[in-house]
Amino acid sequence: MNKIYPSAEAALDGLLRDDLLIAAGGFGLCGIPELLIDAIVASGVKNLTIASNNCGVDGFGLGKLLDTRQIKKMMSSYVGENDEFMRQYLSGELEIEFNPQGTLAERMRAGGCGIPGFYTKTGVGTVIAEGKEVKSWNGQDYILEEGIFADLSIVKAWKADDTGNLIFRKTARNFNPPAAMCGKVCVAEVEEIVPRGSLDPDLIHLPGIYVHRLIQGAHEKRIEQRTTRKREDA
Amino acid sequence: MPWDRNQMAARAAEELEDGMYVNLGIGIPTLVANYVGDKDITLQSENGMLGMGPFPFEGEEDPDLINAGKQTITELSRTAYFDSAQSFGMIRGGKIAAAILGAMEVAENGDLANWMIPGKLVKGMGGAMDLVAGVGRVIVVMDHTNKHGDSKLLKACTLPLTGKGVVDRIITNLGVLDVVEGGLKIVECADGVTEDELRAATEATLV
Repeated sequence: MNKIYPSAEAALDGLLRDDLLIAAGGFGLCGIPELLIDAIVASGVKNLTIASNNCGVDGFGLGKLLDTRQIKKMMSSYVGENDEFMRQYLSGELEIEFNPQGTLAERMRAGGCGIPGFYTKTGVGTVIAEGKEVKSWNGQDYILEEGIFADLSIVKAWKADDTGNLIFRKTARNFNPPAAMCGKVCVAEVEEIVPRGSLDPDLIHLPGIYVHRLIQGAHEKRIEQRTTRKREDA
Repeated sequence: MPWDRNQMAARAAEELEDGMYVNLGIGIPTLVANYVGDKDITLQSENGMLGMGPFPFEGEEDPDLINAGKQTITELSRTAYFDSAQSFGMIRGGKIAAAILGAMEVAENGDLANWMIPGKLVKGMGGAMDLVAGVGRVIVVMDHTNKHGDSKLLKACTLPLTGKGVVDRIITNLGVLDVVEGGLKIVECADGVTEDELRAATEATLV
């Protein structure tokens, strides 16, 4: 079993076609699979539906797939950082299915766990509940949300061993584990692949059973909002 | 004199008790962290962190360490990281004691609108719907009136809701109000604001 591929293009070979549902990890520009996104741009596949909390920014991250008109629909909780997104959305070229952030994460997790639906009180009494089954427990209403079963997952981790066990770093973990879990096939890009035995088994964040293909590469890791304090304030 | 942003944040900080796990929204709620004093408060950032620290010193920014507003931040000795599903598991599961967040409108029955204005650009609700549905106590901090001088405390919200019947307490530049049976109850007025002035600026039923 060799999960390691020499490039993002090689790791996606045979997995890409038009009309795919792709789950992507990342929050804003933090922990996004930069290299796999670039390879999907280069592949030219189109009419993609992408489940991802955000859609990058203009010209970076998933924003690149907007520039090339490869995305048909986004399933997201927040898309406020992207002018091209708004232009395509307002002109009707792009669909958006807004999901509350926790509902989106749980839909991915549920899909990965073989759970087709779950009830949540998030969104009860709002537009999110329209058309969804409502059920009451102990006087509280809950709405039915469906698990996401993606064709392909693309995620970014910090380190992997060659069996695909993943470790994330700080808040770059975010949507990556649930996104990885919900795909039929998951491709992970990491900053470093180490030999098996190098990672403490007690400290694995996502077991390699969820990860089918791996690449290692350099990441730009762009910062969206650089906020600092002056030393004299300390 | 009505309270300014910092005074509203300081008043909101009085709502927090030692040992609480709390989620602060963007804007004035973020300032609440400056006023917790000696209280042992753990801040949650819903992108996957408990124990959020202050902004980093210049040159120490880490692209892997941001808050829910995508700003660079730091960790503390108590910090724990986790994924988004677990983050919202603890929110939905009622483990977070309180959320302090801004609002466009609050209704007298506790309905909250803070994510969308029809006909304007819609950016999305982010984690707001999950937070107001899941946390123990929802505290809104906002100006009492909008820029046209109209009350933001209404009999019924006009904008699409973030949550239905979810708000517990409202802290505005004019005072503090609770959502109770039958309407809003004045808890206190801002220093130098009279009850008549607060009433005149409020459309919602006051009980």
